Amino acid sequence: MKNIKYLLLRRVTQIAILFLYFAANAYGWHILEGTFGTSMLFGIIPLADPYNTLQVLATGFVLGSDVLLGAAIITLFYFVVGGRAFCSWVCPINMVTDLANWLRRKFNLDKEEVNYRFLKRSARYWLMVVGLIVSAIVGVAAFEVFSPITIMQRGIVFGFGMGGAVVLAIFLFDLFGVKNGWCGHLCPLGAAYSVIGSQSLVRVKHDHEACTNCMDCKVVCPENQVLHMINKSSISVTDGECTNCGRCVDVCNDDALEFGIRSFTKQN
Amino acid sequence: MAHSTNRRNFMATTLQSVGLAALGGMLWSGYTDSVKASPLVLRPPGALPEKDFLTACIKCGLCAEACVNRDTNVDKETGKQRPGTLQMAKGGDSLLIGTPFFIPLEVPCYMCEDIPCVPVCPSGALDMPSLLNDKKELDINKSRMGLAVVHKESCISYWGIQCDACYRACPLLDSAITIEYQKNERTGKHAYLLPIVHDNACTGCGLCEQACVTEEPAIFVLPNQVAKGKAGDHYVKGWDAKDQERVQNAKEIHTKTKRSEKEASEYLNMEVEY
Repeated sequence: MKNIKYLLLRRVTQIAILFLYFAANAYGWHILEGTFGTSMLFGIIPLADPYNTLQVLATGFVLGSDVLLGAAIITLFYFVVGGRAFCSWVCPINMVTDLANWLRRKFNLDKEEVNYRFLKRSARYWLMVVGLIVSAIVGVAAFEVFSPITIMQRGIVFGFGMGGAVVLAIFLFDLFGVKNGWCGHLCPLGAAYSVIGSQSLVRVKHDHEACTNCMDCKVVCPENQVLHMINKSSISVTDGECTNCGRCVDVCNDDALEFGIRSFTKQN
Repeated sequence: MAHSTNRRNFMATTLQSVGLAALGGMLWSGYTDSVKASPLVLRPPGALPEKDFLTACIKCGLCAEACVNRDTNVDKETGKQRPGTLQMAKGGDSLLIGTPFFIPLEVPCYMCEDIPCVPVCPSGALDMPSLLNDKKELDINKSRMGLAVVHKESCISYWGIQCDACYRACPLLDSAITIEYQKNERTGKHAYLLPIVHDNACTGCGLCEQACVTEEPAIFVLPNQVAKGKAGDHYVKGWDAKDQERVQNAKEIHTKTKRSEKEASEYLNMEVEY
């Protein structure tokens, strides 16, 4: 039980949030209405996707104050709890890509991983910027045209239509194509949250003294470049690409990894 | 030596990244541009003109949720909730994904007096001020979702068969649809009861389309930009002061052709050239 604590907490959070969105449409609940684009919490507090908001602003359209306020609230929230906490605790695509990852490990697909020269983890930052430029040129929020995140969420709330194909495509890409292909290389929303959360307070801390170098954490981590301090020094995982998913904390049998508050004093 | 190779590598990778980003950006722009071209769609009340609407809509679905969950949306016979008017475009709908729309034949807009779908719009894509009347109250009759159009050849009223289904279904009966009486010369003793749609009152709710009795509706709602023509500044109702205001800012246009070089009196008296 200990080694799936955060995994379980995340699944409960993800499914509960999706259910609240679903219930807003299906049963008229006023707890969490709308979709990630803009939501209403308890019918009054607006929440909005900051990257989606930025795309619309890039077109030159002056958005309503609810969206702007909502985007500010979400940005502030993830600025504190770790930008990519959205990715691992809220985003429905996380369940799809985690499944693909788990299957990769089960079927040993990771062993023969090809080095994809063209697909670097930095590609997502390029896509994030290109997405804003395309929005400005075409006059439509460009990522939202095919975003598997909102397509999956709207699919659950309003029905999938052919949108399910996009979600399946992401699954196949992550399973047979590139390891952590979507979330770890391409998703511009994840990139935006990496930027937002690069200074966030909640961070995983590593205890070098307790570590036995088993490397279990690096195997499960979807962004294992952020765990560069393992076997080296007792510092926090400060990289914005860390999703705060807590899988490393779960699998560590030496209590060498735990959530904590970022220390702002010089570490070493 | 190593230093210059590093720099060359760095330049090459940067160039490659910029190039791939530009390629991706162009494909992305092309795709996005093509999926937003969907002129045959009816939007919720108060929606901005289609092009602006596509820019402004944040695809949250709050309008559709407000529509389906309104208190009045119950089947009077069963007491159960009916499907909502507004749908959210899915993959395969050939519309910009995630934007709200409605299909009158499936569920028309019932023109709720409190317009639940509009005040919830957070982005301004559904423009509430456009639906306020002189007393600053929400007035659904001000909405212009589309315009009903009658296809005379398939409308049985135009055949001489008595039908006023659309007229009776219209929430703005006698102002958005009126019945015009005309003598039926074929029989000599009957009247045609012809439905006439009036653009100054029709909201495009689609209740007429749903009520129409023919196999494919002979009256149907089209988006405004498809259903309407435009006289433009070249023509004005000289007897109508209000219409004259419309052309106040009209610009003078000088057309230069081979013919306009001559005086009208010259070419009008010439023989016609073929």
